[in-house]
Amino acid sequence: MSIIAPELGMPIAPTRPIRAQSVLGRLLRRPMAVTGLIIIAVVVLAALFAPVLTPHDPNEQYFEGLTLEGAPLAPNGQFWFGTDLLGRDLLSRLIVGAQTSLVIGVVANGIAVILGSLVGITAGYFRGIVGAVLMRFTDLMMSFPALLLAIVLAAIFRPSLWIVALVIAMVNWVQIARVLYTETRSLSEREFIEAERALGAGSLLILWRHILPHLVSTILVWGTLGISTTVLLEATLSFLGIGVRPPTPSWGNIIFENQTYFATAPWLVFIPGAAILLLSLAFNLLGDALRDILDPTQQGSSS
Amino acid sequence: MIGYLARRFGQAALILLGISVVTFVLLYLLPADPVRQIAGRSATAETVDNIRRQLGLDLPLWEQYWRYLSNLLSGNLGRSYLQKSEVSELIAARLPASLLLMAGAITCELVIGLTMGVLAAVRRGAWVDNLLMVISFIGVSAPQFVVAILLLYVFAVQLGWFPIGGYGTFAHLVLPSLTLGLLGAGWYARMMRSSMLEVLRQDYIRTAQSKGLRGRIVLFQHAIPNAILPIVAMIGIDIGMFMSGIVVVESVFGWPGIGQLAWQAIQRVDIPIIMGVTLVSACAIVIGNLVADLLAPLIDPRIKLR
Repeated sequence: MSIIAPELGMPIAPTRPIRAQSVLGRLLRRPMAVTGLIIIAVVVLAALFAPVLTPHDPNEQYFEGLTLEGAPLAPNGQFWFGTDLLGRDLLSRLIVGAQTSLVIGVVANGIAVILGSLVGITAGYFRGIVGAVLMRFTDLMMSFPALLLAIVLAAIFRPSLWIVALVIAMVNWVQIARVLYTETRSLSEREFIEAERALGAGSLLILWRHILPHLVSTILVWGTLGISTTVLLEATLSFLGIGVRPPTPSWGNIIFENQTYFATAPWLVFIPGAAILLLSLAFNLLGDALRDILDPTQQGSSS
Repeated sequence: MIGYLARRFGQAALILLGISVVTFVLLYLLPADPVRQIAGRSATAETVDNIRRQLGLDLPLWEQYWRYLSNLLSGNLGRSYLQKSEVSELIAARLPASLLLMAGAITCELVIGLTMGVLAAVRRGAWVDNLLMVISFIGVSAPQFVVAILLLYVFAVQLGWFPIGGYGTFAHLVLPSLTLGLLGAGWYARMMRSSMLEVLRQDYIRTAQSKGLRGRIVLFQHAIPNAILPIVAMIGIDIGMFMSGIVVVESVFGWPGIGQLAWQAIQRVDIPIIMGVTLVSACAIVIGNLVADLLAPLIDPRIKLR
């Protein structure tokens, strides 16, 4: 479901354990992936060095940031990206907002990946009643529209940054669980796993030493694509006014605060909008390239 | 066949039951006490107790769930905290607008997506193909609310071709349908492209070409009809995407459907309405998937029922 999940439910065939160096080398030979990596690097650097990089105080309401009539300023020499309705510098707010997007992207997606992996791998390896119950629950969660479920959860737990991350994770673990379930299932039927079992190896050892290494590439691909979904979901929740709360700037709530003036001050919507699009696009490009590289059996979009 | 149908319907019914459990638990978890919300701040302890008893909130949990479920089955979704009316009536009044929007969006997505997919497959590797890839990437990465505002800004504010928002005429329908349709269009374009490439490889296409049929006839009479088949069943699965999209799109365009209803309820923390819309959407998704599964073998006899 989800609003943004590309190519849902297409499991990647199990592959050999991956080597980091060769993957990076092959990524750098793809223009799309390089574009994605550059965008991500810019956003990460902006977030890390935000205190140094912001040209103005992101929360200061500048007197000279508004016209005499009290309207926000369009992009100009002093305020490069213009100012918002309160006369605050948009560029500085965007840079600080990058922190919000990345923190939520990494934390929410990290939790979702861990949760999805636990559910998917457990259900796929042990099967039986545990597996059936877990997978029926996953199916159940899949039939809720992701955004609406996130809205309900956000309305129930008054959101802060961490709650928003948690809410997104609760919604997003489902796809990765489905994919890993299918893969673990087919892996655990293969001869080398049967052999390990026959030799008397414990389940945990088999899972850790023999199953998990084969799933790393899938987790990497879905983890990367998932950040894109997460960034969009955070922006959407904040845009609806139930995500990250002002005054903490997030790209979504900057648009939320200024949307009614989009006709007279379009930069206040479209500059943060472009930032959301670029970051989400970057993780999609990277994830797609990783899928092409890590899984020779699956035809990616560039074939 | 009958066994398959029974099993598939049984599964759908089980999932619907599960959905009712999840929504019940979520309602139960709410920190806000519904009795207080209905009675108001100044109500006496006695009134509060009365309302609690009326609502059955003093009963044991399983009994409350049983009442909740039997209410659901008779179409009763509870009452709005603030609008003092039945949630089911509020939703029913707004459903036609959302269905209209959904029809518009599916039309946009199929027309744009399938056209792009066919073009890309026929001109494989050419600029159309590359453009398609870029567009479909942007389509899945773009936040819908930004696309909505962008379309409004360009086509309503600047060019004045369409009204800024609202409901009533065909012109009102265009921009919201386009916003919802663009996301799916990129996705359909990719699927149609790979489906076309698959079909164009088949022997019967080569036969048609070698017996001297013109390219256009081969394309329109043989390739496209066969390539579309596997795509049609996807529409059922699409419903989940729409249900998430309408909250944003309807609120931006002021479209009076269930998405806007949910959005207004979010602003006032009117939980029964949000929950009702969620429940209706989840049912729509389950039914959509069921229909897609049942349609697939009818459309493509090669798919075997299991």
